[in-house]
Order: sequence, then structure tokens, then C-alpha cells
Amino acid sequence: MYLKHALRAATAMTFVATAAAHAQSITIATVNNGDMIRMQGYTDKFTEATGIDVEWVTLEENVLRQRVTTDITTNGGQFDIMTIGMYETPIWGANGWLVPLDGLSEDYDVGDILPAMSGGLSHEGTLYAAPFYGESSMIMYRTDLMEKAGMEMPEAPSWQFIKEAAAAMTDRDADINGICLRGKAGWGEGGAFITAMSNSFGARWFDEDWKPQFDQPEWADTLNFYVEMMSESGPAGYATNGFNENLSLFQQGKCGMWIDATVAASFVTNPTDSTVADSVGFALAPDTGLGKRSNWLWAWALAIPAGTQQEDAAKQFIEWATSKDYIELVAENEGWANVPPGARTSLYENPEYQKVPFAKMTLDSILSADPNNPTVKPVPYVGIQFAAIPEFAGIATQVSQEFSAVYAGQQTVEEALAKAQAFTAEEMEAAGY
Amino acid sequence: MARTVTTRRKSFNTALAWAVGLLIFFPILWTILTSFKTEAQAIASPPLFLNFNWTLENYAIVQERSDYMRFLWNSVIIAGGSTVLGVIIAVPAAWAMAFVPSKRTKDILLWMLSTKMLPAVGVLYPIYLLFIRLGLLDTRGGLVVVLMLINLPIIVWMLYTYFREIPGEILEAARMDGATLKEEILYVLTPMAIPGIASTVLLNFILAWNEAFWTLNLTAVDAAPLTAFIASYSSPEGLFFAKLSAASTMAIAPILILGWFSQKQLVRGLTFGAVK
Amino acid sequence: MATQHSRSVARLMMAPAVVLLLGWMLVPLTMTLYFSFKKYLPLRGGDLGWVGLDNYVRFVSSSSFWPAVQATLVIVGGVLVITVVLGILLAMLLDQPMWGQGVVRILVIAPFFVMPTVSALVWKNMFMDPVNGLLAHLWRFFGAEPVSWLSEASMTSIIMIVSWQWLPFATLILLTAIQSLDSEQLEAAEMDGAPVLKRFYHIILPHLSRAITIVILIQTIFLLSIFAEIFVTTGGAFGTRTLTYLIFQRVLESQNVGLGSAGGVYAIILANIVAIFLMRIVGKNLDA
Repeated sequence: MYLKHALRAATAMTFVATAAAHAQSITIATVNNGDMIRMQGYTDKFTEATGIDVEWVTLEENVLRQRVTTDITTNGGQFDIMTIGMYETPIWGANGWLVPLDGLSEDYDVGDILPAMSGGLSHEGTLYAAPFYGESSMIMYRTDLMEKAGMEMPEAPSWQFIKEAAAAMTDRDADINGICLRGKAGWGEGGAFITAMSNSFGARWFDEDWKPQFDQPEWADTLNFYVEMMSESGPAGYATNGFNENLSLFQQGKCGMWIDATVAASFVTNPTDSTVADSVGFALAPDTGLGKRSNWLWAWALAIPAGTQQEDAAKQFIEWATSKDYIELVAENEGWANVPPGARTSLYENPEYQKVPFAKMTLDSILSADPNNPTVKPVPYVGIQFAAIPEFAGIATQVSQEFSAVYAGQQTVEEALAKAQAFTAEEMEAAGY
Repeated sequence: MARTVTTRRKSFNTALAWAVGLLIFFPILWTILTSFKTEAQAIASPPLFLNFNWTLENYAIVQERSDYMRFLWNSVIIAGGSTVLGVIIAVPAAWAMAFVPSKRTKDILLWMLSTKMLPAVGVLYPIYLLFIRLGLLDTRGGLVVVLMLINLPIIVWMLYTYFREIPGEILEAARMDGATLKEEILYVLTPMAIPGIASTVLLNFILAWNEAFWTLNLTAVDAAPLTAFIASYSSPEGLFFAKLSAASTMAIAPILILGWFSQKQLVRGLTFGAVK
Repeated sequence: MATQHSRSVARLMMAPAVVLLLGWMLVPLTMTLYFSFKKYLPLRGGDLGWVGLDNYVRFVSSSSFWPAVQATLVIVGGVLVITVVLGILLAMLLDQPMWGQGVVRILVIAPFFVMPTVSALVWKNMFMDPVNGLLAHLWRFFGAEPVSWLSEASMTSIIMIVSWQWLPFATLILLTAIQSLDSEQLEAAEMDGAPVLKRFYHIILPHLSRAITIVILIQTIFLLSIFAEIFVTTGGAFGTRTLTYLIFQRVLESQNVGLGSAGGVYAIILANIVAIFLMRIVGKNLDA
């Protein structure tokens, strides 16, 4: 009771404070990814056009999550726009913490947003966050090394093929690892990768009664396959490699293949950062023939916390930042390869964009991902590399820490799975499932 | 009687001490060097020490992306404000403990220190809610108060150890001469305690400057100090060693320079009365 | 000199500091206690009612609890041992006559001024990275396989980083203490032909005991709550989940404020056990 009063009083006070402090200024919390940094550079154009000032709070991903979650759950009112993902949006939307994004202008053409993206950013049919960019995952590989190994990458390879190709491409003396994959602990890092991979092996997080499934053979198959392949052909210390570490390895020419976010394609083919820009090929994420591939689906999206006093200005900014015009603005200044990908259908219909080497494979990967039906066996949850329930982030971080300990050789697959099973059961029971 | 030392022994000491000193300092030196490299040079193999093309582009990029001066200014205000406020509150308390000690003085001191052991993350939600209610989120004032409270025990303790070194007879003599309590503190005690207060201020300024939990979680834009500045450069996409190094150098340089210039006071300040 | 009047004045002068700290302790503590008896899940609608001691039982019976306590004590203990031992050696070295003593001292104190976040980032990326880190280059130069520091030697790595930050502090205090040692006493012992080790044990070490106690006390207070170094480097993986970090995971990652608050209460209890233990030693030593 006390808390509710406290919250209400608090909200009232912050309203007054924010309203007085920023008449026409919005505060945006965002992640320090390349596309967001680029957007900050173009903010002046938005201010010029609308007279609305924009204050940026740019934080590293983990700090950002902790910061915005604290603020939204306590109704702190620190931000007018938050950058969040596909995991948070439906949960926060269901709690009534986000402003529904309806009544967007005709020009904005909300129907142009890729259905996979708008679907993942909605709750019960209402859009709560607009995708700034979207991604799936796919294989990026070195065409020169593949040729040297005497193999040819099919458009839709199997895990078995990947494993053999990785072994063939590995050349430890030349510091070339056949395959680089995420192993870093954290639900959004190695946890996301192994969960998406497990889907193609027929594994699932929970059965229809929300019972954890780590005691099932599919999970052991997934982990054993992964560990065997990585110790054979992976880089040293892969247990601490996340997206960023692998990106820099690949750019330095130290990886034969890398299965990761489709947005990485523009970084590895960018000649100023990448030493291997001319020899990168793309393929769909692998499968095992069970009907599900191991690609995920994710979007970084902009949402407005309910309770902001700058709702209209915030909406205006979101319309600007996720519009077709913004994409063209970036294309004009930095080339089509650098526009935020994966959010709009029209982008992939644009003949200019179709010339970009990774455009088609990105779209195919996104289209082949189905968050409502992610696994071979039925599941009660939505989400491919996550389950969209509030408890997931905490559980999956700890589970992925157990897995990372396996990758580092500190425990066996069986031990890790037993711990994961026990821990997840414990948490789910505590949450009242 | 001075110790006689051979030149050979002195040379040996010098070489060894310099080697150890450089080894300890090396991570900082390496960060500074890396900040002047391009991203590609920063990860070159074998590593480049001085034989690279020095560039300022990382500093330019960092400055363009975030307004360094604003973060710096917030850091100065927050660290400075909390230290000054802390000293103002601590001086009378330390004076009382040092010159009118009672049986419980030491218990109170130790209790004060024990409040420092409260794990910050455990009280994040309570404090956040409190800050919302008081309208203190993202204000420098709010952070000044929190950091002052965090460091107050250390300030009181340090001042107490200095004050205790001041002989009580001097104060009594002043009192005999008819000095009031205010005069006693202002004209007799303070001048004698200035060096001690200076070291206390210095140490707490550093501690407040480097505090990274509350300063990050209770700020957004208006009060964000350098710890928040750094949080936007850790592990972004792509190569980042050089930019991270530039941002790190910018974040630690002010305090490093301050610390070096005042190291004599600091050395004194760090003794906590352990040494007479 | 302590008259009734001066006593009450003294009390008045202590009041602001005591009241403020009491408030700083009691307000969050009361709120933590309050939350710890609640089922409080911010992502599930917030306050879901009283649950008695459930959170306390759950926190202790979790498989992560004892390893976390152990990790905390290992890190605190490890850092204390390293900084005190190296600090004494370094202080004795710096006490010797040499050229450029001032500059060396500046080099040695520098790590103390570096923000914990920055030093963790620099160590993690530029030194301990198994591919591009400087240590990996060094290992390869000598023909050894680079070590994946943060996964294979996670505890060692964190203890190394934290020790690097705190070594200057220990060195400075110990150096000041050594400098105050009566050199005639040492020389007399030297003339008597007492071996180096004996001189160290019988003259230097006893003289340093007070300074060592101070180092241990102050460092323990700060080390019990280290967070940034773990958050940045391992994120609690590979057995580096300390009690503070476990609470962080409960409160922020799992969004279970009730459970995390119960953990907070345990952490306070642990801190106080350590504190009482320390105070006993220090209390004696401070009188001396």
C-alpha cells in the first residue's frame, strides 16, 4: 500500500520536474551499437526540422538493460524513448508500461514494417515499439578459404557439413580457425546462440507444462556437437567470445566461418575495418534436417515509456528515425550497405539495395524465422533464442554461465545440464509456474 | 648517523625500483599509447610500441560523439561537492571524538565504518524509489548527498586520527586565554589541522570520482559524470581498443594529474594515523 | 578536561554526522528488510504480498549461495595477501636510497587513481584477451600457448586486476611506516651481524603491524563490495560470482527484488561478522 502511494506521489513529482526542465527536449536511452551511433550523428537534421532537442544517453548493452529496466519498473520517468528489444517489448507492453504506437502518420506506412518484426514487437496485435533495425542470424564464410579447402558452401547447409568444413579450413599455424561462434555467458550472448542452435537439434527450453527440458537428450546432443566442433576448429578462449570478439576475429581474417547476426554482414564487408572484405560469402544458418534452422530473430526498437510528458515529441522522433526517409538519408551519405537493415519490406524491394551482397540472404533468414513456432516439438512460449517470460533473462544468464564453464573445460556437459535443469526448475517454481 | 651506501648498491636499487615502477605503471602507459593509434594499429601483431603513426583521430571521434566537458564538469561538481559537504559535517564530529572522548567513541567510529559494508546493489530499488519520490533522480544534488554519505565514515575517521595527533595542551592554553569554542576551532585547531584536512579532501575526492555504481544508476543526462561517459565506450561493435583507450585516458587524466601534483599530501593522508 | 558542559557540546557536534549515517543506514535497511519479506517482482506487477521467510530460505538453499560466499572470501583473502606481501617488499625497496625516488613513487601510486571500470576494461581487452591481448603476445613470443585468462584462470585474473588497483594503497601506507623506523636500531642489528631475515622478523615486521592492520581494515571494507571488476570481465561466470554479484543477478537480472533483498540482508550479516572480527584486531592495535 505504502509503495503504491509512494509510486504515485513520485510519478506526480517527476512529471512536474520533467515538464519544467525540458519544454521541447526528449531524452533517449540507447545502446552503443554502430547504427545507433550513426543515428546520433544525424539528430541535428531532426532538430532542424522539428525544433525538438534530443539528449542521448548511450550505454553499453548490459548497463543499458539494467538502467532502463529499473526506470520502467519504478516509473522513474528518466527517459522519453528507450531502446529495447524483442524480448522486453511484449512483456512491458502487456504490463501497460509502453505507449501503444497507433495513429502513426500515413507517410510512415506502418504496413511496410516486415511482419516478422512488427509481430515480435507487439502484444495482442498492438505495436509497442518501432524497429530501428532487425536481424536474424546466418553463416558468413571466407570464400577463399572454402575454395582452398576444396569444398563448396551450399545455400542451406547442415551442421554436419559445417563441422567438416570447419575442420578442413582450420590451419592453426596460420592462425586460422575454421569456425568462430559465441561462447560468452549471458542470455543475449552465448545463451542466444546455443538456444537457437538447440532448436535445430529438436531441443526446447520448456515443454507445454513449463517443465524445463535440459534432462532431454536433444540438449546433450546440441552441447556435445558444439563442444566437439569448437575444440576441433574454434579459436582459443572461445568461452569468453561474444558478438564483438568474433567480429574482430573475423575482420582480422582469423575465422573461416562465423554464424552470427545478419547485421554483422555490413561490418565484415566494409573494407575500412575488415581485412577480408572482398572474400565473404553468406549462407542460411545450418540445420539437422528436423525442419527448424538455427537462426534467430531480433530487433532493436524504439519505445515510449507510458507516463512521459513528451509523448508527441517522442512519437515524432520515432517516426523520423524508423522511416523510409531516414534510410534514404543514410544511403545518400554513407551508401546503401550501411543503412539500418531488416526493418522494412520496401528496403528489400529497392533495386539499389538488392545489389548489396548480403541483402537477399538477410531477408531470407529473417523470413525463415518464426517466433510463434520456434521449435520442433511444441512449446508454450514465444521467441526463438529466448522465451518471452519475465523470468527468462535471469534464468538463461545463469544457465549460459554453466554452459560457458563447459566450454572453458571446467565441467562436463552432463554436469552443466544437471545444474541447469535443477536451477531452472527452482526458479520456475518460485515464479509460480 | 647516515647510512653509508655504495654507488653500486644505489645503482642496483635504482634499476630494480624503476623496473618495478614501470611494470606497475605499464597498463596505464599502454592505454595512453594505444589511444594515439588507429584501430588497426591497436591490434597489430606483434604489438607496436612507439613505432606507429601517432594520430589524434580517436580523441576527435570521442569528443564528437559525447560532450566530454559536460561529463567532466559533472564529475568535478559531484566529487567536489560531496567532499566539501562531508568535511563540513565531519570536522565537528571528529573534533568531539578526538578531544572529548568517551567510552563509546571508538564504538561509534567502528559503527560508522561498518555502514560502508552495506552492499550497494541490494538497496538499489529502495534508493531509486526514494530518489523518485524526492525528485532527486539525475540531479547533481542527489548524487552529492549519496556520495557524501558513502564516504563520510572515512572522512570522520581520517580527521579523527589527525586531530588526535594535536596535543590537547595547546587547546587548553587557548582556552585559558579566554578563547571561545568557535575561536578555538577556527584559530587554533584549523591551522594545525590544515595538512590533515587537505589529505582527507584529496583522498575522498578520488574515491568519489571513481565511484561507478550510484553515479551510473542514478543519472541520465543532466548529472551524468565520467563513469557514464566510459559506459558508452565499453564493448561496442567492431574494433574499439583505440577509442576505448582515448575515452579511458580522458576519464582518468584529470584525477591522475591532480593525484600526482599532490602526492605528498596524499601519502600523508593515506597513513590513517598508523604512523607517527 | 571533559566537563559536563564540554561533553554535551561534543555530543552536539557529533550529532549531524551520527544522525546522517544512522539515516543512511536505517532507511535503506528498513526498506530492504521490508522487501525481503515480500514477494516483490517488478515485471509481474510489483508487490504480490507477504511471504514470511520464504525469500530467506530460498536464497540460502539456492545452489549458488555457498559458492558465492566462498568466492567472496577467496577474492578478499587473495587480494589482501598479495597486496600486503608485495606492498611490504615494494615499500622496503622504495625506502632504499636511489635516484629518481619521487618519479618511481608516482609510477607506483598511479593505478590507485584509475576508475575500477576503466581498469577492468583495459585489463580485459588489452591484456587478457587470448588473441589480441598483450599477455597473449608475450606468451606466444616465448613459444607458449596463450592463456584464456578470464575463463581458464578467472579467479586469478580478477584477483590480479583488483590487486593491481590496491597495491599502491598498501605500498604507500607501509612505506610511510617504514620510513619512520629508527634507522639506528636497524644498523645496530646489522652490526651485530643479525641476518637479513632475522632483522625483518624481529624489527621491521613488528614495527609495521599497525600499518598492516590499517591496510587490511580499509581494504576489506572496499573489497567486500567490489562489483565493477566482475561485471565488466566475467559477468559472474566461471566461479567468480561473489555474494554482491549474486544479489545483483537476483535483483536486476532476475528482477526478483524480494529475493535479492533477502540476499542483501545476508550480505550485511556477513559484512558485520567480518567487521566484528576485524574490529577486534584493529581496536587493540589502534590503542597501541
